[in-house]
Amino acid sequence: MPFIPHTDAEVEAMLAVIGAPNIDALFDEIPVELGSGKLVSVPDALNEMEITRLMHERAEQDSRQLNFIGAGAYEHHIPAAVWQIATRGEFYSAYTPYQAEASQGTLQLIYEYQTMMASLTGMDVSNASLYDGGSALAEAVLMAVRAHKNATRILMPRTVSPLYRAVVRNIVKNQHIELMELDYDPVSGTTPVPEIAVGDFAALVIPQPNFFGALEDVDALTDWAHAHGALAIGLVNPTALGLLKPPGVWGERGADMAAGDGQPLGAPLSNGGPYYGFLTCKQALVRQMPGRIVGRTLDLDGKPGFALTLQAREQHIRRSKATSNICTNQGLVVTASTIYMSLLGPTGLRRVASAAHANILQLAEQLCAIRGVTRAFRSPCFHEMVIQLNRPASAVLGELAAAGILGGYDLCADYPELGNAMLVCATETKTAADLGRYAEQLNLCMQEGSDADI
Amino acid sequence: MLIFEHSVPERMAYAQMPAEALEADDLPVHLLRRDKPLLPEASEMDVVRHYTRLSQKNFSIDTHFYPLGSCTMKYNPRACNSLAMLPGFLNRHPFAPVQTGQGYLASMYELQEILCDVTGMAGVSLAPMAGAQGEFAGVAMIRAYHDARGDHARREIIIPTAAHGTNPATAVMCGYSVREIPTDATGNVDLAALQAAVGPQTAGLMLTNPSTLGVFEQQIQRIQKIVHDAGGLLYYDGANLNAILGRVKPGDMGFDVIHINLHKTFSTPHGGGGPGAGPVGVSTRLLPYLPIPLVAYCDGNYRLLTEADRPHSIGRLSANNGNAGVLLRAYIYARMLGAEGMHRVAEFATLNANYLLAKLRQAGFDIAFPTRRASHEFIVTLKHLKDETGVTAMDFAKRLLDYGYHAPTTYFPMLVPECLLIEPTETESMATLDGFVAAMTAILAEARSNPELVKGAPYTQPVRRLDDVKAARELDLVWRHK
Repeated sequence: MPFIPHTDAEVEAMLAVIGAPNIDALFDEIPVELGSGKLVSVPDALNEMEITRLMHERAEQDSRQLNFIGAGAYEHHIPAAVWQIATRGEFYSAYTPYQAEASQGTLQLIYEYQTMMASLTGMDVSNASLYDGGSALAEAVLMAVRAHKNATRILMPRTVSPLYRAVVRNIVKNQHIELMELDYDPVSGTTPVPEIAVGDFAALVIPQPNFFGALEDVDALTDWAHAHGALAIGLVNPTALGLLKPPGVWGERGADMAAGDGQPLGAPLSNGGPYYGFLTCKQALVRQMPGRIVGRTLDLDGKPGFALTLQAREQHIRRSKATSNICTNQGLVVTASTIYMSLLGPTGLRRVASAAHANILQLAEQLCAIRGVTRAFRSPCFHEMVIQLNRPASAVLGELAAAGILGGYDLCADYPELGNAMLVCATETKTAADLGRYAEQLNLCMQEGSDADI
Repeated sequence: MLIFEHSVPERMAYAQMPAEALEADDLPVHLLRRDKPLLPEASEMDVVRHYTRLSQKNFSIDTHFYPLGSCTMKYNPRACNSLAMLPGFLNRHPFAPVQTGQGYLASMYELQEILCDVTGMAGVSLAPMAGAQGEFAGVAMIRAYHDARGDHARREIIIPTAAHGTNPATAVMCGYSVREIPTDATGNVDLAALQAAVGPQTAGLMLTNPSTLGVFEQQIQRIQKIVHDAGGLLYYDGANLNAILGRVKPGDMGFDVIHINLHKTFSTPHGGGGPGAGPVGVSTRLLPYLPIPLVAYCDGNYRLLTEADRPHSIGRLSANNGNAGVLLRAYIYARMLGAEGMHRVAEFATLNANYLLAKLRQAGFDIAFPTRRASHEFIVTLKHLKDETGVTAMDFAKRLLDYGYHAPTTYFPMLVPECLLIEPTETESMATLDGFVAAMTAILAEARSNPELVKGAPYTQPVRRLDDVKAARELDLVWRHK
């Protein structure tokens, strides 16, 4: 029996103590009319050798290609130590640290994570993480509405990932919150400071870099939100913060909250998850923050230690009046991420960001030298950019994929006004040869394709 | 010592540095970072040693018995981790073309099928990233169902007082108000109260079965009829699904929607508090509303269904594909158990719980529902002990740490005073359970002979009891240079 240690003799002895004739008798309170519950389509068991063979076959089917897709999930080098330590049994198989004295490892790590993430985003405090970037943005929106008290409208630029916008919409839609979209400037691909009166709103979301990879004028947008009595929520890529000004110092007073996906900091792409969402804020908002938070305190002997705190905000205490229904953080991924940030340090993170940025500039130059390929926007970008093609992006991406290159993210469905556009990303993982291979292959696609079109 | 206290300016882990790139002089100066973020400046070995040592300050399933009721802390098979972390799975981008992900998608499709069978539901979505998000999806579907029928008067969700706190918090997030109903003296839902609570305002009832009291809700058929007759839907909180795996299916009990905590029943790791995964299953009438993405199989290929295929879906709840790596671990676990192994999960979890209950009763502990059969967990109440000695459930729990056992769940469910909710799981041996009974018995004797000893526990952990009040009043949430 997989993972069940009992011998027949032990089962007999245990039943004797219980006073039951057999195991079936232990289910005698379940009404028989409810059926047998027998499983009909679950396959027979595989032992470890058999499942290993099956999963290796499946993983090999999904073999690696040269990847230039970003769009919210980014390929970075992850130091070997990161997941070796994170998957130690003491982290991997530990429970939520409610029993603080027996969970000091996890609790101290989260306190260190909170410190790093608050500093990286320029904020005062951080929670222990949320599910992913999209749901973290949804929680930031809910938090802003709670904090503002008078307005329930949120301004959401179209330069925020369409996937994030969908997640926010789906999570907040039954709470009478209005999401008002702001259009972008077609030349710069960034969000202009609105000139029209928009009425009361609780917060403006400011993505940096935005979904197109372009850099927004975060100072002006932050100040504009504050001038209208609203909060500013920075939606940021944490790797970019090795290089870019953190939300806490945007504009005159700094943004009020920062949110985003922590995946670039040590989580593998892994088909989309598990990643984690981070959420940081200014001190004044801490009691509106959802999710777990760890604090440092003292024990009976006056020795410092760590414990979950402000639990009166949470569902297990407050039930229907909680700040959120969230009952978890992405503990293990945060563990990996904290180790990642520690191994890189401020210099390493800056170098990763700079190397990624240098690669996209090189790639932009090479791709835009190809006939039929142009850059969509004139703004500076971080490590991602939009290119426009004179052929359908889906066809080009298909041809590139056939050659083993994942060329980018097709923007046609979400931004039809951009024509045949795609989002291309290069991180520090790409070598000059990789960039050259992409450019060469795209050149082939564009020339052969246009010949075929004739 | 904190990692920051190991920091030395300019020290770094050289092997982890990409080559220095040219300064980004094309970026506007006013958008650049001026300060150095507070990240550690340490060598690779400093970091490895620090976090390895931190790990050793944790209890974990790999090192300790965790009889944590409602949490299902069972062995997390190592193969599930190593196989889910094969490079082919780890390196695939979520937006890579589906033809590059057929191995992963095949596994997800089969997991959907397995979960449909286990729950007796018509369809399953793997999208929710935790149990609470599964609850959100489930209640959002109930709302979408009523709204689609123009039945806008249904604004209330009924929840037993014994329920997990996530149930009422979720109902509120979906725009509902909450009506709580009591539990009777034997641990079943108070039927008269339920009958009085339902009406045209009832959107649904959220129920955990076996309940958080560790007993099977015997009147489930009558509950089902009362709620459905009133036009409401029935929500199954799958927190305790492991207790009935292969014994009885929520679909056969009449439930319309269920979420499953894969980190409980399907043994994906708790990871110190996540990531979880909370797939939702539904009956036929809620099928159109399942959250996306869903995995479909057509013409020999697996693909992801989106809004375009599922126009009535409540939509996506994550930017990508949910917690894919957690789902893979659950799939591998399910395949290793097979149908027979799943039947045995419920059998041996129940055997272990009833054995432990019998032994603790013999040792003199008060059982909260002594006339009932335990499901996979049960409740001990220390009310009498507290009255007699002043030793609380919390004191008892902390003293267990000194004996090398993780504490049971304390003070939940809230309606049993001074409670310990105990769940041994099927992966623990008789010898481990006997050791735990010996520790409980010893602490009971200590509580009577030397209550101050128990009240001062723990003594053997990295810290003694922590000052929670100070933690909340004098917030210290980030480290700062002295």
